[in-house]
Amino acid sequence: MSYAKPKEVVQPVTHKWNRIAVSDLGFSSPTRLENGKLFIHIDELTSLLQSDPNIKDVKLAIARPGESVRIIPVKDVIEPRLSLIPDYPVFPGVLSAWDSDANGILSGEIVSLSGMVVTTVGSIVGFQEGLIDMSGPGARYSLFSQKHHLVLDITVKEGTKRHDHEKTVRMAGFKASDYIARSVLKPPLSAGSHETLVNPEYPGSPASPKRAGGNGKPRIAYLYMLQTQGLLHDTYYCGVDVKTMLPRRIVPTEVLFGAIVSGNCVSACDKNTTYHQQNNPIILDLLRRHGTDWDFAGCVITNENVTLGDKQRSSTLAADLIASLSPDGVIVSKEGFGNPDADLMMNCSKLEAHGIKTVLLTDEFAGQDGASQSLTDTHPKADAIVSTGNANGVIVLPPLEKVIGDDRVITELAGGSSKCLLPDGSIAIELQALIGSTNQLGFERISSRMK
Amino acid sequence: MAHVCSIITISQTVGANRIIPSVAIPHPLGNPKLPPEEEKELRRDLLKKALDALQTPIEEQTVFS
Amino acid sequence: MTEASRNRKYRIVHYVNQFFGGVGGEEKADIEPFTIQGPQGPGRLLEKLFREENADVEIVATVVCGDSYFADNQEDVLREQIPVIRGYHPDLVVAGPAFNAGRYGMACGAICQALEPLGIPSITAMYKENPGLDQYRKTVLIVESADTVSGMDDAVRKMVRLGIKRLRGEKIESPKAEGCFEQGIRQNYFHEEPAYRRAIDMLLQKIKGDSFETEYPIPFFDRVEPQPALTDLKGVTIALVTSGGIVPTGNPDHIESSSASKYGKYSLEGLTTLETNNHQSAHGGYDNTYANEDPNRVLPIDMMRKLEKALGFKVHPWYYATVGNGTSVGNAQKFAKEIAVEMIRDGVQAVILTST
Repeated sequence: MSYAKPKEVVQPVTHKWNRIAVSDLGFSSPTRLENGKLFIHIDELTSLLQSDPNIKDVKLAIARPGESVRIIPVKDVIEPRLSLIPDYPVFPGVLSAWDSDANGILSGEIVSLSGMVVTTVGSIVGFQEGLIDMSGPGARYSLFSQKHHLVLDITVKEGTKRHDHEKTVRMAGFKASDYIARSVLKPPLSAGSHETLVNPEYPGSPASPKRAGGNGKPRIAYLYMLQTQGLLHDTYYCGVDVKTMLPRRIVPTEVLFGAIVSGNCVSACDKNTTYHQQNNPIILDLLRRHGTDWDFAGCVITNENVTLGDKQRSSTLAADLIASLSPDGVIVSKEGFGNPDADLMMNCSKLEAHGIKTVLLTDEFAGQDGASQSLTDTHPKADAIVSTGNANGVIVLPPLEKVIGDDRVITELAGGSSKCLLPDGSIAIELQALIGSTNQLGFERISSRMK
Repeated sequence: MAHVCSIITISQTVGANRIIPSVAIPHPLGNPKLPPEEEKELRRDLLKKALDALQTPIEEQTVFS
Repeated sequence: MTEASRNRKYRIVHYVNQFFGGVGGEEKADIEPFTIQGPQGPGRLLEKLFREENADVEIVATVVCGDSYFADNQEDVLREQIPVIRGYHPDLVVAGPAFNAGRYGMACGAICQALEPLGIPSITAMYKENPGLDQYRKTVLIVESADTVSGMDDAVRKMVRLGIKRLRGEKIESPKAEGCFEQGIRQNYFHEEPAYRRAIDMLLQKIKGDSFETEYPIPFFDRVEPQPALTDLKGVTIALVTSGGIVPTGNPDHIESSSASKYGKYSLEGLTTLETNNHQSAHGGYDNTYANEDPNRVLPIDMMRKLEKALGFKVHPWYYATVGNGTSVGNAQKFAKEIAVEMIRDGVQAVILTST
């Protein structure tokens, strides 16, 4: 019997990120990147996706910023990336076997396409998928209106059960992203924008400083809450359903590699798409100024489960894990809304009980008139909250020239209703229905204040 | 009124007085993992707790578990 | 208001109670409403201060009503007097200031709220403990005044400044900045900085011990006294209510999967259980696979019927359902009030509410 020698993990883990800009999308053979324009070979991609027996049909479409296009019902948005580290792939544990507890995270290089995303749509599975408007008043609510989209409109075979339907569509998105990345991101590459991200040392390492800022800099940690409540409400870490995990520390740059992926979107406004996870701005900012403006103490991921016992257990463990990083303060981001407010408050109160100062990122559900209580749960220690907006706020979206997907579902999306279609073809709809509009990782600038 | 719900902290926050903790969000009075007869017993027990709570005098918010 | 009309006199109608209307004190609180041509009492100060601010106004009429009369006949008074006020074609209506006079504050708030949908701008003023504040603050702009008439000058000055803005059709973005009470309404806006940056900045301030301002002040949830316990179950009518969205298949009332604007009332007549082919979950906030397989998991009719037989209570023949997914508290309160009134009328004595 022989064992493969585990690779030595050198601390701190460092990743070099190379971003290649895409300025246009088109269909042509072969799949390639030419002067910033990404060409996709339709037949090659569709036959790759249709090798999944659950898929009956795949239609590909392109949407560009500024076009009069509505993409609906969106399931996930993914950025194509390629890892140049031999034993550490993108979407680890999803497209290939990878176990974060058996393998170590190795330093190295990752390449991504920026300005372009793979977006999955398809016949409605549940109430929660949303829309992306590429122009008009809806466009300013989400960064996705600034991207070039390769849209996969997926039809599954009749009789496919809901959980299988969701998984099929989810996997198709990752396979398509991976296909594109492998086709165009292998070296040698055109020039892109580079940055090197250095992760915090693991706790207990000789170089890891203790609390009370030994070098005068504040120590900041990040508690990353992930929604894990069942069909369309799930999130995966290295392919494992996060509801089945205990909270754990991750190496922050794991997110670049798609270690955290979305199980599709509920509600559209505040479920993190895979793109959001891959580009978590809290992690990126904490890393970029790590060692200069502050010390980034580390990142812990935790779940939002559906039983009281699980919520209490996870919040205790998450708070203890964060405390072991010896931070002065912690940013806590939530995902979803409603009962996850209870998780947020438990996390907050237990962290504050450790003497760690908290700032919480959350959206609000204050009713269409803004007159209702925004959160379902509260705690006196939740005294520092950043609001990512009232998701019940109503906006009017005009009819757009082209719909990619199927817009008949609009009245059934969370945030829509049978009353929302106006006589001139416009829809009066809550922000809830717009993908990423009140995202609680803090990508957007929308907020809410007391009038 | 007796409130049968899973996330009792929310029920406490919004001010319900008689609170009965239930199984889980997608199936408060059920458990698909149990055989049907056991599941029905579980449901009956939860309801019985709710009915007992309605007959219990209380001064403040009370969880009946 | 058009450009041409900016140069004409602004017409104001003023509402006051029996005291400020010069009729009398508490002993005259039951007088019926009547109208005086021109300003009366504090209306003179109002007119004067408007003109000092170079706003050419005329109080064309003062509507006077006794505080008790208004309180006892609110619907009738509004029905009769709103058209009277409209008949004067006012550009602005001023009510009060009511200071700490409770019935007066409630009357002022009611009048301003009634004018709102007619597009007639209105303002009022009262003291922070006036019950009219909590009742009307969300829909009416209420200037903060002192508790007694000694604060008249200050209150009227603030009303004048706010009044001028409203006459000019200016949108009031920040009531607080105008000397008004916060309306307690959340209003979306685009900040200069993305939220992740604001969060990190706020944390740095908090760690340093610097003052910072939360973007969402945690609210206070009210409490109700626990109902006395039932002494016995025999013969008691118990109703089932659910926020888990269990409705007859097809969701006949189209209750929304989130932000429900309504609730449904459905018959349990003859039903000893719920089945997947006759009931479903309309709730978009949880995985409803299990509820759809067996709706009793959320609305437990099957076991309620068994317990009904065993323990001798009666299951109310109607159940009420809504979707508790992002439901605004305002709507939830409205539903509950309506449902409670109906239940009491129908002899329901207790409720079991199930939530997901």
